[in-house]
Amino acid sequence: MTKSTTKKGPASVEFRNVTKRYGTVAAVSDVSFTIEPGTLVTLLGPSGCGKTTTLRLIAGLEIATEGQIRIAGEDVTNLSAADRDVSMVFQSYALFPHMNVLDNVAYGPTVAGQKKSDAYDLARQKLALVGLKDYDLRLPSELSGGQQQRVAVARALTMEPQVLLFDEPLSNLDAKLRRRVREDIRDLQRDLNLTVAYVTHDQQEALAVSDRVIVMSNARIAQMGAPRELYEAPASLFVADFMGDSNLIDATVERVSGDQALVKIGVTSLELPSRGTKPGPCKVSIRPESLSVTASVPQGPAIPGTIRKAAYLGTHMEYTLAAEIGELFVVDRDVANPKPVGSTAYLALARTGVSIVPST
Amino acid sequence: MRKLVAGWSAAALTAFLFLPWQAIEDGFFGFGWVRDYPDDRSASALFYALAFDRPWLWGVLPFVALGGVALAFPREDRRFGQLLIAAGLGGIGYTFLQGFAIGITGLQWTWLAPLIGQIETSQYGFGWGATIVLFAFLMMTSLGVAALGYFRGDAFIAGSVIVSTALILAFVFFPIATMLAGAVTDEHGNLAFDLFWRRFFADDIWELNCLVGGPRCGVVFNTVLLGVLTGALSTLMGLAFALVVVRTGLPWRKGLRALTILPIITPPFVISLAIIVLFGRTGIVTWFLEVAFGIPPSRWIYGLPGVLISQLLSQIPVAFLVMIGVVEAISPSLEEASQTLGASRWQTFRTVTWPLLRPGLAAAFLLGFVESLADFGNPLVLGGNFDVLSTKIFFAIVGAQHDPGRAAVLAILLLIMTLGAFWIQMRWLGRQSYVTVTGKGDSGLSAELPRTLKRVLYWTTIPWAAFTLITYAIVIFGGFVRDIGRFDLEFTWRHYLDAFRVELTERGMFFSGSAWDSLMTTIEVSAISAPLTGIMGLLVAYILARTKFAGQRTFEFLTMLSFAIPGTVVGVSYIVAFNVPPLELTGTGLILVICFVFRNMPVGVRAGMAALSQIDKSLDEASLTLGARTATTVRRVVMPLLRPAIVATLVFSFVHAMTAVSAVIFLVSARHNMATAYIVGRVEAGEFALAIAYSTVLIGVMALAIVIIQLGVGRRQLGRRGQQTAAALGGH
Ligand SMILES: Nc1ncnc2c1ncn2[C@@H]1O[C@H](COP(=O)(O)OP(=O)(O)OP(=O)(O)O)[C@@H](O)[C@H]1O
Ligand SMILES: [Mg+2]
Repeated sequence: MTKSTTKKGPASVEFRNVTKRYGTVAAVSDVSFTIEPGTLVTLLGPSGCGKTTTLRLIAGLEIATEGQIRIAGEDVTNLSAADRDVSMVFQSYALFPHMNVLDNVAYGPTVAGQKKSDAYDLARQKLALVGLKDYDLRLPSELSGGQQQRVAVARALTMEPQVLLFDEPLSNLDAKLRRRVREDIRDLQRDLNLTVAYVTHDQQEALAVSDRVIVMSNARIAQMGAPRELYEAPASLFVADFMGDSNLIDATVERVSGDQALVKIGVTSLELPSRGTKPGPCKVSIRPESLSVTASVPQGPAIPGTIRKAAYLGTHMEYTLAAEIGELFVVDRDVANPKPVGSTAYLALARTGVSIVPST
Repeated sequence: MRKLVAGWSAAALTAFLFLPWQAIEDGFFGFGWVRDYPDDRSASALFYALAFDRPWLWGVLPFVALGGVALAFPREDRRFGQLLIAAGLGGIGYTFLQGFAIGITGLQWTWLAPLIGQIETSQYGFGWGATIVLFAFLMMTSLGVAALGYFRGDAFIAGSVIVSTALILAFVFFPIATMLAGAVTDEHGNLAFDLFWRRFFADDIWELNCLVGGPRCGVVFNTVLLGVLTGALSTLMGLAFALVVVRTGLPWRKGLRALTILPIITPPFVISLAIIVLFGRTGIVTWFLEVAFGIPPSRWIYGLPGVLISQLLSQIPVAFLVMIGVVEAISPSLEEASQTLGASRWQTFRTVTWPLLRPGLAAAFLLGFVESLADFGNPLVLGGNFDVLSTKIFFAIVGAQHDPGRAAVLAILLLIMTLGAFWIQMRWLGRQSYVTVTGKGDSGLSAELPRTLKRVLYWTTIPWAAFTLITYAIVIFGGFVRDIGRFDLEFTWRHYLDAFRVELTERGMFFSGSAWDSLMTTIEVSAISAPLTGIMGLLVAYILARTKFAGQRTFEFLTMLSFAIPGTVVGVSYIVAFNVPPLELTGTGLILVICFVFRNMPVGVRAGMAALSQIDKSLDEASLTLGARTATTVRRVVMPLLRPAIVATLVFSFVHAMTAVSAVIFLVSARHNMATAYIVGRVEAGEFALAIAYSTVLIGVMALAIVIIQLGVGRRQLGRRGQQTAAALGGH
């Protein structure tokens, strides 16, 4: 893979209280965030929450109803798409069906007025970058889905844009290919030092590739932060639930000292970051893999329960336990010693993956 | 964008300072004025204001300057955009106000006299200077609107919307409004609503007693009956032809394709003449029926049957052109998908193919219906006692009655009907969208048609094609014999020589035939107006299909308005509106071009929108994000994918410009006579053979033009797998 950097270097993207309304419905409502230069940020959220709209606002394919959008520190709010240094890879790839692969990829430089031969050189270079040689003269209809996707990426890269956008680029690919392509995109982003905004509704994908994740819900930002932060310390029930399986348990905050709180979960007590809670009842999110299951009473505090369901998934076991604090979903790496349904088991809490969910 | 603002301000200033402000007598493209420049007819606005006693022209200058002032602010500043809009709109408003207020006899708006004093100086229509200044004002407005972030901040789209709206207002809305004002005023120009209602509810309009055995129906019933029959039958036949050509293996189906194009390149009257020659009282078929079966000759062809047959002969090919684009664009993979889901061929056709055809069917039906309403050539020749609105309007204006008020009332009725057709079409199609050409590569082979359907198709299309062939044989044959109408079949060149004689003299070739002048003008006007129509129509289609803006519905309505107005009315309205300054165009060749562009544009809009609705929007967006401006995107991405629609539009507008008669007959002048108007004159003089001979030559010219258009525009290459063996795409 050849190494090259973009001409102006990556740029930051900033939204200041941006709202986009279609008629009376707001597709994006009062959203503010900053994407640091050279980072990959994913926009994550359920269908219809406004991810695509946000992306299109960055690209200039929609103009904000209110608020300000800045790219590389400059106000671009009213600039048209062609005037912004932003490229986009579309969910449908949007390859021009009447042009062959090379013409597709060379399109950007050609319309920018570059010499045909230079444009082709650049296009070949980008095609090599995505690992697509010897397909120059094929029409898009003569490529497989994965190949079309890579042509679309190569085409976006020729612009050496300050910001590169992806709208669910993997949704048309099979699971294996998805993993590979998403790693390819991440590698490219790192190697070329690109600013990338990436839309997906697959939380695994988001966790795997991003520097930061913006979770959206109902046209607003629910939470943003590093993948680990979102997973281990969701800011709301919505995020906790959306970011993967989670046990939401009633607990009690016994006392708060500084930014630490002592939380009583059933029979056990734990020191957790307080996240602004007051003493009293609260909700706690426990990731399934943060609970360890043992058949015999372990050392230290443990929650007793009865195994209701057990499932073997090759790499791990999944159990559902009935405990005093409620029904608990647990993942256990120990596949060699499955625990029978109906037996009693003990659950110990790990340090990570347990967090107070602030009530909103 | 700042460069553009500076450029247009400079253009406006230059035009104001130097170019002739008023229309020059020898037309827009005459340059005799350079000799005397600047005199009282050819001076620029500056000279008029300074030296020729027209101080009100100074008033244009501040608005030009205001555009320059805007440049003092950065683009992000809202004042930049606001100033530009103020300059543009203010400038246009002022320029037109002074143009209307002060005309040939000085001050026209006499109520202004107490304010500004009596003005005696006369002022003629806008010329180069005024036109360029006005256009620059339009561009300033557009740039200002785009700078404020409207139209996605896209100056190209803003400019296109604003300029086309302005043009449509000026050349469709304004003349019609001027004429309709005549419907509610009496001869002294006073409002007279009672007169309007008396005209509107006249018996000969609404009578329905033919339904209960009475002698005749009103003109509304006749018109609707004819329109629905023509629309429905031509759509079905057009679909049948399209399916045969695209989806069957019928040998010579390419030939079928060429054959079905013939009737639209036929000038009016010609098909009617051929029908009379075949079915009239002394016609060939009539004679044969009498000899063979003892059926006595009658005048049955005069009336609904004759008009319907000739309208179908000319409308089926139009429907065919519309349908072929739609049938070709249906993605084979959709049908494959249906078949792999276990559907039979018939089920696939019913559940997948048919719903995808519906937008095209609606478009074709609407086209047929409206064309039938507007047609007056065929009803004129074959209508007999069967009155339709267009002929009634025509006679209300040119006939003995000469009652423009009544014509305007009838025109309102016609307008209501056509708009009704649009409304029904919208309701039927709803808001469904059918995107079948996506950015994802498509592949697959078209599904075979069910066998019974195929048989039905063959049995309808082949006889009709044969019938068409016979009609044309008659036309071609008729030009070479003494008098085909009376069975005088002696061979002669006389008709061609009368029309197209060329003599070689010592001073070179001398075109002494009587038809040369009108033929040359016709070709010139058609060749100029066709590309303009194409550009305008597809641009509007692109705007309507690809952007969303406030007032879009109104804009769409405006663009379609000219479609709803019959040619006779357009002709009269143009004469009324463009005979006086500031838009003084009668007698020029320009008025013919303008008339054609705005009359034929809706077809381009419809064809473009139908085609665009099948091309995924993200293709354009991808191009935009790759740094291509909208103009470039349109040129490099949209246009190549729209090739079938472009061909259809260019062919249609060229051909209609060559064969149109209803509007043109009012607009031709001694200097700019058109072929059809000339032919009508021959028909009126009873010289059928010469008319037929001239028509044959016109057909030849049009056929040649179609070949040139198809070669010039080329085919659309999407590379579906198995393309070579499957149906061919695009035109040949
Ligand atoms: N052109 C439009 N006109 C009206 N409403 C729109 C338009 N585009 C989007 N919306 C609405 O805005 C909201 C957000 O749409 P958006 O496309 O951003 O969702 P999304 O998060 O990308 O969803 P998905 O994951 O399903 O793609 C939706 O409720 C949608 O219906
Ligand atoms: Mg989306």
